[in-house]
Amino acid sequence: MSMLSEVLKIDRFAVTAEFAPPKGTDMDHMRVCVRLAKGRIHAANVTDFQSAVMRISSLTACKVVMDEGVEPVIQITGRDRNRIAIQGELLSAGVLGIKNLLAVTGDHPKMGDHPNAMPVYDLDSVGILQVATTFMSGRDLEGNSLNGRIEFFPGAAVSPTRQTMMPQIMKMRKKITAGARFFQTQAVFDLDLLREFRRLTTPFDVPVLAGIVLLKSAGMARFMNRAIPGVEIPEGIIARMDRFVGKERMNEGIRLAGEMIRTIRDENLADGVHIMAIGAEERLGQILDEAGL
Amino acid sequence: MIITEQKSGEDLFALLGSARRVVLLGCSECATICKTGGTEQLLEFEKKLKTRGLEVSARCVLNPACNAQVVKKALKGIREELAGADAIVSFSCGDGTQTVAKLVGQMEHTFHIPVYPGNDTLFLGETTRAGEYVEACRACGRCELGWTGGICPVTCCAKGLLNGPCGGAKGRQCEVNADEECVWLRICDRLAAIGQLDNLLEIRPPRDYLKNVHPRRHVLESRRSADRLKEARAKEGQDAK
Ligand code: SF4
Ligand code: SF4
Repeated sequence: MSMLSEVLKIDRFAVTAEFAPPKGTDMDHMRVCVRLAKGRIHAANVTDFQSAVMRISSLTACKVVMDEGVEPVIQITGRDRNRIAIQGELLSAGVLGIKNLLAVTGDHPKMGDHPNAMPVYDLDSVGILQVATTFMSGRDLEGNSLNGRIEFFPGAAVSPTRQTMMPQIMKMRKKITAGARFFQTQAVFDLDLLREFRRLTTPFDVPVLAGIVLLKSAGMARFMNRAIPGVEIPEGIIARMDRFVGKERMNEGIRLAGEMIRTIRDENLADGVHIMAIGAEERLGQILDEAGL
Repeated sequence: MIITEQKSGEDLFALLGSARRVVLLGCSECATICKTGGTEQLLEFEKKLKTRGLEVSARCVLNPACNAQVVKKALKGIREELAGADAIVSFSCGDGTQTVAKLVGQMEHTFHIPVYPGNDTLFLGETTRAGEYVEACRACGRCELGWTGGICPVTCCAKGLLNGPCGGAKGRQCEVNADEECVWLRICDRLAAIGQLDNLLEIRPPRDYLKNVHPRRHVLESRRSADRLKEARAKEGQDAK
């Protein structure tokens, strides 16, 4: 049984955190970070060639996460594999006992370190969710029967932005129809936007974990606004980060993340949070302390 | 229209290798509009060849290069010029160049001559203003325009998505190509305007790549029945014997 699904079922405030597998075979740092997070998060998302950068696959890194005693969420994008490879990857996840799945479309190869690579997108996030759903009924996408049972807790991503709210919500409804049972949002910094999103999506009755990114400087915020798909950081937050220098910038980022998590929980703006520390995973504990979790 | 771009002089000279005498072929249709295979461009390339000491034995703009009958006739028309040529450069789209290459390989007076492409074939598109072309159709084999408000997501979404936006848009701009608006936002607006927004709620299945097994071939029903008739007649003739 997936612990994440259990936690969400009993309406406990869920906490997940994101871990990016390393580039190269040395897993030591990732192991240390996962160990530090153990007992403080309900599940660890393992990204799938995050930002279209070639590295260790999500499946292998999920196994490492499990070995450290933490429940993984395997992320699968449609960017690099066709429907045969995606289904094979999910069957393999089933063999390892991985239950949580996050289906995402995936950043375009152009954004990554192999920009000349072929973009696949044979299945989109909706198609990947359909794979999980048909697998649970014992069949593959073509209706062929599978031997052995497989159980998933499938989820998907959603990017609430002001300009794309309506189409995002329509796609969210499709993802629910295709089998999504939880959502994790892209980084949110604008709590008014999150309030609006909560109001619009409450009727769907599917838990949503709000994405929290640890800001390390005003420069990082500006970079994210410019370069990271689906992220919009309000000027006020950038100005707040701008007041700090040196080590204090990171500390302020941790305070900011902690404050946001508190507000989200206190005002019930989401059913949990999904923390993306992006390269500072060892700070996860501090963020959770700050949030009082 | 098929959009083409001329290969660089460097690439073309590399293809030509040690050839001394060259025949230049253009195309009167798409390649002329794209300024890659009209008379003007052939003359320009001829000038470049001459400065390198190469000789152009004939120049001909095919009307058009993708019509086998037309090409055959044209090749016969320059039979003498072709006799002493070491290479042919075809300034049309890839289709036209293959039509030329195939016929050159079939005709006795030309089969020994190599044919090189003068252009890179880019995409199927339309002219937005003079000198600017935009891709409009990927010839995907199952046209989706009927439910998308006439806007093609297969071509205009950088990821070719059929189930709505990827979530990466910056403001209204595409995550992959900041110069383009996210096509899914355009589709939403258009569907709202024609009262068909609900089209977006229907889950679209993955594309059927069996329709894209290359090379694709399309035979009209009239062609098929003519073939059947011919076969039946041939069989009747045999039976009569
Ligand atoms: S859906 Fe797009 S690519 Fe496919 S045939 Fe229609 S216009 Fe062309
Ligand atoms: S931003 Fe829009 S057009 Fe660009 S890849 Fe995503 S869905 Fe397609």
